[in-house]
Amino acid sequence: MSTQEQKPKNQTDTDTESADEDIIAGSSPQQRRLREKRGKEIPTPEEKAQSEDSIHLKVFRYDPEVEGKQEPRFDDFHVPYYKGMTVLDALIHARDHFDSSLTFRHSCRQAICGSDAMFVNGRQRLCCKTQLSDLEEPVRVEPLPHQEVIKDLVVDMEHFYDQMEAVEPYFQTNDLPDGELDEQRQSRENREKVKMSTRCIWCGACMSSCNIAAGDNEYLGPAAINKAYRFAMDEREGTDMKEHRMRILEQEHGVWRCQTQFSCTEVCPKDIPLTAHIQELKREAVKNNLKFW
Amino acid sequence: MYEHDVIVVGAGGAGLRAAIAAQEEGADVAIVSKLHPVRSHTGAAEGGINAALRDGDSWEDHAYDTMKGSDYLGDAPAIETLCQDSPKETIQLEHWGMAFSRDDDGRVSQRPFGGLSFPRTTYAGAETGHQLLHTMYEQLVKRGIKVYDEWYVLNLAVSDEEVPEDRSCHGIVAYDIQSGEVSGFRARNGVILATGGPGQVYDHTTNAVANTGDGVAMAYRAGVPMEDMEFIQFHPTTLPSTGVLITEGVRGEGGILYNKNGERLMFEYGYANNAGELASRDVVSRAELTEINAGRGIDDEYVHLDMRHLGQERIIDRLENIVHLSEDFEGVDPLEEPMPVKPGQHYAMGGVETDENGETCISGLYAAGECACASVHGSNRLGGNALPELIVFGRRAGAHAAGKDLGTAKITTGKRGEWEAGEVDTPVAPGAVGGADEDAVADGGKAPDSGEPSDARRASSRAERSDGGAVATTGDEIVDRAVDAEHRRIDRLMNKDDGVQHAEIRSAVQKSMTRHVNVFREKEGLKQALRDLREARERYTDVYVDDPSRTYNTDLIQTIETRNILDLAEAITLGALARDEFRGAHWRKEHQERDDENWLKHTMLSWNDGSPELWYKPVILEGEEKTYEPKIRSY
Ligand SMILES: Cc1cc2nc3c(=O)[nH]c(=O)nc-3n(C[C@H](O)[C@H](O)[C@H](O)COP(=O)(O)OP(=O)(O)OC[C@H]3O[C@@H](n4cnc5c(N)ncnc54)[C@H](O)[C@@H]3O)c2cc1C
Ligand code: SF4
Ligand code: FES
Repeated sequence: MSTQEQKPKNQTDTDTESADEDIIAGSSPQQRRLREKRGKEIPTPEEKAQSEDSIHLKVFRYDPEVEGKQEPRFDDFHVPYYKGMTVLDALIHARDHFDSSLTFRHSCRQAICGSDAMFVNGRQRLCCKTQLSDLEEPVRVEPLPHQEVIKDLVVDMEHFYDQMEAVEPYFQTNDLPDGELDEQRQSRENREKVKMSTRCIWCGACMSSCNIAAGDNEYLGPAAINKAYRFAMDEREGTDMKEHRMRILEQEHGVWRCQTQFSCTEVCPKDIPLTAHIQELKREAVKNNLKFW
Repeated sequence: MYEHDVIVVGAGGAGLRAAIAAQEEGADVAIVSKLHPVRSHTGAAEGGINAALRDGDSWEDHAYDTMKGSDYLGDAPAIETLCQDSPKETIQLEHWGMAFSRDDDGRVSQRPFGGLSFPRTTYAGAETGHQLLHTMYEQLVKRGIKVYDEWYVLNLAVSDEEVPEDRSCHGIVAYDIQSGEVSGFRARNGVILATGGPGQVYDHTTNAVANTGDGVAMAYRAGVPMEDMEFIQFHPTTLPSTGVLITEGVRGEGGILYNKNGERLMFEYGYANNAGELASRDVVSRAELTEINAGRGIDDEYVHLDMRHLGQERIIDRLENIVHLSEDFEGVDPLEEPMPVKPGQHYAMGGVETDENGETCISGLYAAGECACASVHGSNRLGGNALPELIVFGRRAGAHAAGKDLGTAKITTGKRGEWEAGEVDTPVAPGAVGGADEDAVADGGKAPDSGEPSDARRASSRAERSDGGAVATTGDEIVDRAVDAEHRRIDRLMNKDDGVQHAEIRSAVQKSMTRHVNVFREKEGLKQALRDLREARERYTDVYVDDPSRTYNTDLIQTIETRNILDLAEAITLGALARDEFRGAHWRKEHQERDDENWLKHTMLSWNDGSPELWYKPVILEGEEKTYEPKIRSY
């Protein structure tokens, strides 16, 4: 994991809780200025808090560069609510109308880019895929736990990427068809078998939810193991390759670290049966070993 | 300063393919991207990749369908290249392990798509783009290609000869989003723009928030013409509340469109008596809106797309992703009820003018993918033709930039070939506020001649420039100069402590565009849009960044993106106002006929010292062996 020490490690049990109430909603200078400028167009947060269709967000804030934000804290936002509104919609509204410095990653708005995984009401979720109506108020939005926070809701993903890359995440085969227009046929069943594993969007939710990964920095983690599964189970790669992949997975910080807690499977927004995949690889590893004995 | 042979801007399908190709030619290549590669919007593509792979199909048929789909505004050399190269490129992906859907015999599956005379759309469920993007990124990792991710490219470093065609590109200036560092990137051989579409010009779009047309705007301000910008594709089946796309694959598999009376509208009202739901996108989008305007829409807003009769098994096998999207983003379970759908902005047929090798009129500057216009889609893109465009032209641009000789291009770029001056009657002057010399905040194009140099080096590069206009400085100096200009732009945006915020401007632009420059276009509406855009531009001169931080400052990035959105919105509207005919996706109330006599030509806009200059160049209908004769387009 990167070792920039000035960045706080975001723990779920943050001790800034007590400071929450001190931060009166909408009292930051930007917010005040904006309100003055736009006059009545935007109701004050206080007004909104009274209206039934507003939603109360408590959002984690931290910026190493800005005085006053160097200590992590929570800001309150009261966002006008409409049916179908997602957590991401609410964050965008808060940013565009109340505080343009509120920072988070997002892009596709459709659960495919994987950039807006956050810790919402105590669970890793994709904000764009999470309806506010499914959550209790106030909605607490925090960065993914167990990752370094860069700013506000943005975490450092380098370690996640490193682990993904550690499993040789690319297709490798020794017998490609000769013709450049010939396919390497794959049975429907085999594609079906690897299908779920190919759906990973690298959001990092699973890693963030995993206790083992939190305690063991070198543990490959559920996403990377799933990535390896995707290739190890692909019949087109051939047996030599599979053995090579199993060696990577069997290493000390590989599949055997998993203690079958299912937290990764629970949070994966793409419903990938991560724990099942890890278990299956453990069984393969046992088979492999028997063969070598 | 960072230095590489080839620098690719953007890491979607086009950028990744370009980088791989450049490396295969032996170049030291790097990608600079504002998103991590797997977050690029190519991942959202659903339906598939067109490639003539099977007996009974041929690249010639694919080319014919594409030319017809384009409403004869495509250039034959580009279309033929697309269709010839696509099979090989598609199978290349297969060889890289891409998880395509499979037939019983283990071959990759293909399905019908709108406007295609053969079921030639190769797919991976309804998540083709995700599989494609990840497969290509895997290859990048395998090859160890350097990626500068979360670096925002601010501008190109281009020499400043009078005539754009004499200019050359030597690199880029980029901003490290995480640290706030602004740096020059020197490209020894070439820069390839692969920055994707401009969906954020509209407020109801299938596109990601990152799709702000940055590359097109940068190239435009550096002197490369934008081609056919008025041709915006509206996809007929997007979810009404979010714009999330429901793939054409649903109709390809047999999905049916109904109006509020339960009538199968495509046939009932004669919009496409043969192809029905599978007519091309412009036809279906207009049909739906006509229904809605005639009071036969549901909630006056949308129509229904029903796929229940396909059966759960087929749906799960081929369209599973659609079930999730509809449930998650619209709260509708399409196995149980029809999905609400309406047209939404989807794709830009126009973009940076390139030849079929991906090169622009500025030497060393290339473009590929949705940001480019080699002119394969003309006035209407067929579904499943963008993904092959990424891999075919991505590869060509990459290889060419790395020095591979692809032969002489048949499409000429810039004002070198035959061209005709254009004129359009605008209610307000378009272009930069205050002309070419306005300050860097509002322009971001040319380096302003005023402003305090912050050190001696800056002073000297400016001195050299002012004494002779087009002084041939070295590539390094040109990059340094561009870096200085961007430093100044950022400093001004950050140091200003009051003014307008980008979000207000952006939203005003998006609303006006959706209202006036949508599927149906009228002269007065288009003029109103130009007035709105003018106003937005004026407000932009007062824009400022509220977030004082140098760390992950999305406020700053979005402010700069908004400038790009403004330039693109204006180009789209100017083109739409100029083109007084009805062709492909471009419908004009006052002009309901395709006018081949006057309009078999591309709309070009060049940034001429701060104001857009309109001109035209002819369409190339002569292919390798035959000439495509414009025919009435019926489905
Ligand atoms: C929902 C949806 C479904 C689609 N389905 C299909 C389909 O089924 N078949 C088909 O053929 N086509 C489809 N299309 C169209 C096709 O997917 C797109 O045209 C294509 O993916 C665009 O790819 P690209 O590589 O050009 O750009 P993108 O994938 O958008 O990538 C752009 C890249 O540029 C980078 N970038 C942008 N600006 C900057 C900057 N200033 N600095 C640095 N980096 C920058 C971004 O980070 C990103 O990496 C679909 C499109 C959408 C939106
Ligand atoms: S496996 Fe699931 S939770 Fe983990 S990174 Fe991939 S998509 Fe996210
Ligand atoms: S915004 Fe892309 S996954 Fe949520």
